[in-house]
Amino acid sequence: MTLPWDLIFFYAFATVLVGAALCVISVKNSVHAALFLVLTFFTSAALWLLLQAEFLAIALVLVYVGAVMVLFLFVVMMLDVNTESTREGFIRYLPVGLLVAVVMLVEMLALIGMKQMSALVAPADPGGASNTAWLGNALFTNYLLPFEVAAVILTVAIIAAIMLTLRQRIGTRKQHPAAQVAVKASERIRIIKMPSSAVAGNATGEATTP
Amino acid sequence: MIDTTQLTLAHFIALGAILFCISVAGIFINRKNVIVLLMAIELMLLAVNMNFVAFSRFLGDVSGQIFVFFILTVAAAESAIGLAILVVLFRNRATINVGELDSMKG
Repeated sequence: MTLPWDLIFFYAFATVLVGAALCVISVKNSVHAALFLVLTFFTSAALWLLLQAEFLAIALVLVYVGAVMVLFLFVVMMLDVNTESTREGFIRYLPVGLLVAVVMLVEMLALIGMKQMSALVAPADPGGASNTAWLGNALFTNYLLPFEVAAVILTVAIIAAIMLTLRQRIGTRKQHPAAQVAVKASERIRIIKMPSSAVAGNATGEATTP
Repeated sequence: MIDTTQLTLAHFIALGAILFCISVAGIFINRKNVIVLLMAIELMLLAVNMNFVAFSRFLGDVSGQIFVFFILTVAAAESAIGLAILVVLFRNRATINVGELDSMKG
Protein backbone atom coordinates (compact mmCIF):
# COMPACT_ATOMS: atom_id res chain seq x y z
CA MET A 1 0.00 0.00 0.00
CA THR A 2 1.41 3.40 -0.95
CA LEU A 3 1.18 6.15 1.56
CA PRO A 4 -1.19 9.02 0.68
CA TRP A 5 1.57 11.63 0.69
CA ASP A 6 -0.68 14.53 -0.24
CA LEU A 7 -2.93 13.78 2.73
CA ILE A 8 0.05 13.57 5.08
CA PHE A 9 1.41 16.88 3.79
CA PHE A 10 -2.04 18.43 4.04
CA TYR A 11 -2.37 17.50 7.72
CA ALA A 12 1.16 18.68 8.50
CA PHE A 13 0.65 22.06 6.82
CA ALA A 14 -2.85 22.46 8.24
CA THR A 15 -1.55 21.86 11.77
CA VAL A 16 1.16 24.49 11.33
CA LEU A 17 -1.37 26.88 9.78
CA VAL A 18 -3.88 26.61 12.60
CA GLY A 19 -1.17 26.83 15.25
CA ALA A 20 0.37 29.93 13.68
CA ALA A 21 -3.03 31.57 13.30
CA LEU A 22 -3.79 30.92 16.98
CA CYS A 23 -0.43 32.47 17.89
CA VAL A 24 -1.21 35.56 15.75
CA ILE A 25 -4.31 36.36 17.77
CA SER A 26 -2.91 35.42 21.18
CA VAL A 27 0.73 36.57 21.51
CA LYS A 28 1.44 39.69 23.54
CA ASN A 29 4.02 41.32 21.29
CA SER A 30 2.79 42.81 18.00
CA VAL A 31 6.11 42.07 16.27
CA HIS A 32 5.75 38.40 17.15
CA ALA A 33 2.17 38.46 15.88
CA ALA A 34 3.38 39.88 12.54
CA LEU A 35 6.05 37.16 12.31
CA PHE A 36 3.49 34.44 13.03
CA LEU A 37 1.29 35.97 10.33
CA VAL A 38 4.24 35.55 7.94
CA LEU A 39 4.36 31.86 8.92
CA THR A 40 0.62 31.58 8.33
CA PHE A 41 0.86 33.03 4.84
CA PHE A 42 3.86 30.89 3.98
CA THR A 43 2.12 27.70 5.11
CA SER A 44 -1.02 28.52 3.18
CA ALA A 45 1.14 29.14 0.10
CA ALA A 46 2.40 25.58 0.58
CA LEU A 47 -1.19 24.36 0.82
CA TRP A 48 -2.04 26.19 -2.41
CA LEU A 49 0.88 24.38 -4.02
CA LEU A 50 -0.83 21.14 -2.96
CA LEU A 51 -3.89 22.44 -4.81
CA GLN A 52 -1.73 23.04 -7.91
CA ALA A 53 -2.29 26.79 -7.79
CA GLU A 54 1.39 27.58 -8.32
CA PHE A 55 1.01 31.13 -9.56
CA LEU A 56 -1.15 32.24 -6.64
CA ALA A 57 1.11 30.49 -4.13
CA ILE A 58 4.15 32.38 -5.40
CA ALA A 59 2.13 35.60 -5.60
CA LEU A 60 1.05 35.13 -1.99
CA VAL A 61 4.65 34.75 -0.88
CA LEU A 62 5.83 37.73 -2.94
CA VAL A 63 2.97 40.12 -2.21
CA TYR A 64 2.17 39.19 1.38
CA VAL A 65 5.38 37.93 2.90
CA GLY A 66 7.50 40.26 0.78
CA ALA A 67 5.51 43.48 0.83
CA VAL A 68 2.47 43.64 3.09
CA MET A 69 4.06 41.98 6.12
CA VAL A 70 7.17 44.16 5.80
CA LEU A 71 4.83 47.15 5.82
CA PHE A 72 3.15 45.75 8.94
CA LEU A 73 6.51 45.26 10.63
CA PHE A 74 7.61 48.79 9.74
CA VAL A 75 4.44 50.27 11.20
CA VAL A 76 4.65 48.11 14.34
CA MET A 77 8.22 49.22 14.92
CA MET A 78 7.48 52.90 14.10
CA LEU A 79 4.68 53.18 16.61
CA ASP A 80 5.72 53.13 20.23
CA VAL A 81 2.78 51.07 21.38
CA ASN A 82 2.09 50.59 25.04
CA THR A 83 1.34 46.87 25.13
CA GLU A 84 -0.17 46.95 28.61
CA SER A 85 -3.02 49.28 27.71
CA THR A 86 -3.81 47.43 24.49
CA ARG A 87 -3.86 44.10 26.31
CA GLU A 88 -6.46 45.10 28.84
CA GLY A 89 -9.73 43.27 28.40
CA PHE A 90 -7.99 40.28 26.80
CA ILE A 91 -9.09 37.91 29.53
CA ARG A 92 -12.50 39.55 29.80
CA TYR A 93 -13.32 39.07 26.10
CA LEU A 94 -11.69 35.63 25.82
CA PRO A 95 -14.76 33.53 26.79
CA VAL A 96 -17.18 35.37 24.53
CA GLY A 97 -14.68 35.27 21.65
CA LEU A 98 -14.14 31.55 22.04
CA LEU A 99 -17.88 30.95 22.36
CA VAL A 100 -18.67 32.87 19.17
CA ALA A 101 -15.85 31.17 17.26
CA VAL A 102 -16.80 27.64 18.32
CA VAL A 103 -20.51 28.16 17.65
CA MET A 104 -19.70 29.65 14.25
CA LEU A 105 -17.37 26.76 13.40
CA VAL A 106 -19.96 24.14 14.34
CA GLU A 107 -22.63 25.95 12.32
CA MET A 108 -20.36 26.26 9.28
CA LEU A 109 -19.28 22.62 9.35
CA ALA A 110 -22.90 21.54 9.74
CA LEU A 111 -24.10 23.76 6.93
CA ILE A 112 -21.55 23.08 4.23
CA GLY A 113 -22.29 19.38 4.03
CA MET A 114 -19.02 17.54 4.53
CA LYS A 115 -20.24 14.19 3.22
CA GLN A 116 -21.32 15.61 -0.08
CA MET A 117 -18.06 17.48 -0.56
CA SER A 118 -15.80 14.63 0.44
CA ALA A 119 -17.19 12.73 -2.54
CA LEU A 120 -15.58 15.36 -4.78
CA VAL A 121 -12.09 14.27 -5.76
CA ALA A 122 -9.78 16.52 -7.74
CA PRO A 123 -9.87 16.13 -11.52
CA ALA A 124 -6.60 15.21 -13.14
CA ASP A 125 -5.31 18.44 -14.70
CA PRO A 126 -7.87 21.19 -14.86
CA GLY A 127 -5.82 23.74 -16.73
CA GLY A 128 -3.43 21.66 -18.74
CA ALA A 129 0.25 21.67 -17.89
CA SER A 130 0.80 25.23 -16.73
CA ASN A 131 -1.28 26.87 -14.06
CA THR A 132 0.17 30.28 -14.94
CA ALA A 133 -0.76 29.99 -18.62
CA TRP A 134 -4.26 28.86 -17.64
CA LEU A 135 -4.68 31.83 -15.34
CA GLY A 136 -3.12 34.29 -17.78
CA ASN A 137 -5.36 33.19 -20.65
CA ALA A 138 -8.46 33.86 -18.59
CA LEU A 139 -7.09 37.04 -17.02
CA PHE A 140 -6.23 38.78 -20.28
CA THR A 141 -9.35 37.79 -22.21
CA ASN A 142 -12.51 37.52 -20.13
CA TYR A 143 -11.21 39.44 -17.13
CA LEU A 144 -9.30 42.23 -18.85
CA LEU A 145 -11.50 45.06 -17.57
CA PRO A 146 -11.35 43.90 -13.92
CA PHE A 147 -7.58 43.60 -14.33
CA GLU A 148 -7.35 47.25 -15.40
CA VAL A 149 -9.64 48.26 -12.54
CA ALA A 150 -7.31 46.45 -10.15
CA ALA A 151 -4.42 48.52 -11.50
CA VAL A 152 -6.43 51.71 -10.88
CA ILE A 153 -7.21 50.54 -7.33
CA LEU A 154 -3.53 50.01 -6.62
CA THR A 155 -2.69 53.48 -7.99
CA VAL A 156 -5.37 55.06 -5.82
CA ALA A 157 -4.00 53.17 -2.83
CA ILE A 158 -0.47 54.45 -3.47
CA ILE A 159 -1.66 58.05 -3.80
CA ALA A 160 -3.88 57.78 -0.72
CA ALA A 161 -1.15 56.26 1.42
CA ILE A 162 1.35 58.92 0.39
CA MET A 163 -1.09 61.80 0.84
CA LEU A 164 -2.13 60.55 4.27
CA THR A 165 1.36 60.25 5.67
CA LEU A 166 3.02 63.21 3.90
CA ARG A 167 3.72 66.19 6.11
CA GLN A 168 5.75 69.36 5.70
CA ARG A 169 7.77 70.23 8.75
CA ILE A 170 8.45 73.89 9.40
CA GLY A 171 11.84 75.00 10.64
CA THR A 172 13.90 71.95 9.76
CA ARG A 173 17.35 72.55 8.29
CA LYS A 174 18.10 70.49 5.24
CA GLN A 175 20.64 70.49 2.46
CA HIS A 176 19.85 71.33 -1.15
CA PRO A 177 22.66 69.67 -3.13
CA ALA A 178 21.58 71.24 -6.42
CA ALA A 179 21.75 74.73 -4.99
CA GLN A 180 25.11 73.91 -3.39
CA VAL A 181 26.60 72.77 -6.68
CA ALA A 182 25.19 75.65 -8.70
CA VAL A 183 26.52 78.35 -6.39
CA LYS A 184 28.75 81.06 -7.95
CA ALA A 185 31.80 82.70 -6.43
CA SER A 186 30.06 86.06 -6.38
CA GLU A 187 27.43 84.63 -4.01
CA ARG A 188 30.06 83.41 -1.55
CA ILE A 189 32.51 86.38 -1.43
CA ARG A 190 31.50 90.02 -1.41
CA ILE A 191 34.27 92.61 -1.97
CA ILE A 192 33.37 95.92 -0.43
CA LYS A 193 35.17 99.27 -0.49
CA MET A 194 36.33 100.49 2.91
CA PRO A 195 38.23 103.58 3.85
CA SER A 196 41.89 102.88 4.64
CA SER A 197 42.87 102.34 8.27
CA ALA A 198 45.00 105.54 8.51
CA VAL A 199 42.10 107.69 7.47
CA ALA A 200 39.85 105.76 9.79
CA GLY A 201 42.33 106.18 12.68
CA ASN A 202 42.56 109.96 11.96
CA ALA A 203 38.83 110.19 11.88
CA THR A 204 38.46 108.52 15.26
CA GLY A 205 41.37 110.54 16.69
CA GLU A 206 39.78 113.77 15.63
CA ALA A 207 36.51 112.64 17.10
CA THR A 208 38.00 111.70 20.50
CA THR A 209 40.50 114.56 20.96
CA PRO A 210 39.02 117.72 22.29
CA MET B 1 -17.53 12.22 8.25
CA ILE B 2 -14.54 13.24 6.09
CA ASP B 3 -13.08 10.67 3.75
CA THR B 4 -9.73 9.78 5.32
CA THR B 5 -8.12 7.91 2.48
CA GLN B 6 -7.60 10.73 -0.01
CA LEU B 7 -7.49 14.50 -0.22
CA THR B 8 -10.94 15.94 -0.94
CA LEU B 9 -12.62 19.31 -1.14
CA ALA B 10 -14.01 18.84 2.37
CA HIS B 11 -10.52 19.00 3.91
CA PHE B 12 -9.85 22.43 2.47
CA ILE B 13 -13.31 23.81 3.20
CA ALA B 14 -13.01 22.67 6.82
CA LEU B 15 -9.58 24.26 7.08
CA GLY B 16 -10.94 27.54 5.68
CA ALA B 17 -13.80 27.48 8.19
CA ILE B 18 -11.39 26.87 11.09
CA LEU B 19 -9.15 29.73 9.94
CA PHE B 20 -12.11 32.08 9.58
CA CYS B 21 -13.36 31.26 13.08
CA ILE B 22 -9.88 31.80 14.55
CA SER B 23 -9.78 35.27 13.00
CA VAL B 24 -13.28 36.09 14.29
CA ALA B 25 -12.13 35.07 17.78
CA GLY B 26 -9.06 37.28 17.27
CA ILE B 27 -11.25 40.29 16.50
CA PHE B 28 -13.24 39.62 19.67
CA ILE B 29 -10.35 39.18 22.09
CA ASN B 30 -7.98 41.82 20.68
CA ARG B 31 -10.43 44.66 20.43
CA LYS B 32 -8.05 47.24 21.91
CA ASN B 33 -5.16 46.84 19.48
CA VAL B 34 -5.78 48.11 15.95
CA ILE B 35 -2.69 46.43 14.49
CA VAL B 36 -3.80 42.96 15.59
CA LEU B 37 -7.31 43.76 14.33
CA LEU B 38 -5.86 44.46 10.87
CA MET B 39 -3.91 41.20 11.07
CA ALA B 40 -7.11 39.32 11.93
CA ILE B 41 -8.79 40.86 8.88
CA GLU B 42 -5.90 39.62 6.73
CA LEU B 43 -6.37 36.15 8.21
CA MET B 44 -10.06 36.29 7.35
CA LEU B 45 -9.29 37.16 3.73
CA LEU B 46 -6.80 34.29 3.64
CA ALA B 47 -9.49 31.86 4.81
CA VAL B 48 -11.82 33.04 2.04
CA ASN B 49 -9.01 32.75 -0.50
CA MET B 50 -8.38 29.19 0.65
CA ASN B 51 -12.01 28.33 -0.15
CA PHE B 52 -11.79 29.98 -3.56
CA VAL B 53 -8.60 28.15 -4.54
CA ALA B 54 -9.98 24.80 -3.32
CA PHE B 55 -13.23 25.17 -5.25
CA SER B 56 -11.31 26.31 -8.34
CA ARG B 57 -9.13 23.21 -8.18
CA PHE B 58 -11.86 20.68 -7.48
CA LEU B 59 -14.40 22.07 -9.94
CA GLY B 60 -11.79 22.69 -12.64
CA ASP B 61 -12.86 26.32 -13.05
CA VAL B 62 -10.34 29.13 -13.47
CA SER B 63 -12.66 31.87 -12.18
CA GLY B 64 -11.94 31.05 -8.54
CA GLN B 65 -8.23 31.65 -8.93
CA ILE B 66 -8.87 34.87 -10.89
CA PHE B 67 -11.01 36.05 -8.01
CA VAL B 68 -8.24 35.24 -5.51
CA PHE B 69 -5.92 37.37 -7.63
CA PHE B 70 -8.26 40.35 -7.31
CA ILE B 71 -8.81 39.73 -3.60
CA LEU B 72 -5.05 39.82 -3.08
CA THR B 73 -4.90 43.15 -4.94
CA VAL B 74 -7.69 44.75 -2.94
CA ALA B 75 -6.32 43.36 0.34
CA ALA B 76 -2.90 44.84 -0.37
CA ALA B 77 -4.48 48.25 -1.10
CA GLU B 78 -6.64 47.95 2.02
CA SER B 79 -3.73 47.17 4.32
CA ALA B 80 -1.60 49.96 2.82
CA ILE B 81 -4.30 52.58 3.39
CA GLY B 82 -5.24 51.11 6.77
CA LEU B 83 -1.66 51.29 8.01
CA ALA B 84 -1.30 54.85 6.66
CA ILE B 85 -4.43 55.85 8.59
CA LEU B 86 -2.98 54.12 11.64
CA VAL B 87 0.28 56.10 11.36
CA VAL B 88 -1.63 59.41 11.05
CA LEU B 89 -3.82 58.40 13.99
CA PHE B 90 -0.80 57.62 16.15
CA ARG B 91 0.82 60.92 15.14
CA ASN B 92 -2.25 62.90 16.19
CA ARG B 93 -3.39 61.00 19.28
CA ALA B 94 -0.24 59.11 20.42
CA THR B 95 -2.33 55.98 20.97
CA ILE B 96 -3.81 53.13 18.97
CA ASN B 97 -6.04 51.94 21.76
CA VAL B 98 -9.51 51.60 20.31
CA GLY B 99 -11.08 52.42 23.68
CA GLU B 100 -9.57 55.92 23.67
CA LEU B 101 -10.63 56.79 20.12
CA ASP B 102 -14.03 58.23 20.94
CA SER B 103 -13.76 61.83 19.75
CA MET B 104 -16.46 61.27 17.13
CA LYS B 105 -18.90 59.89 19.66
CA GLY B 106 -22.16 61.82 19.36
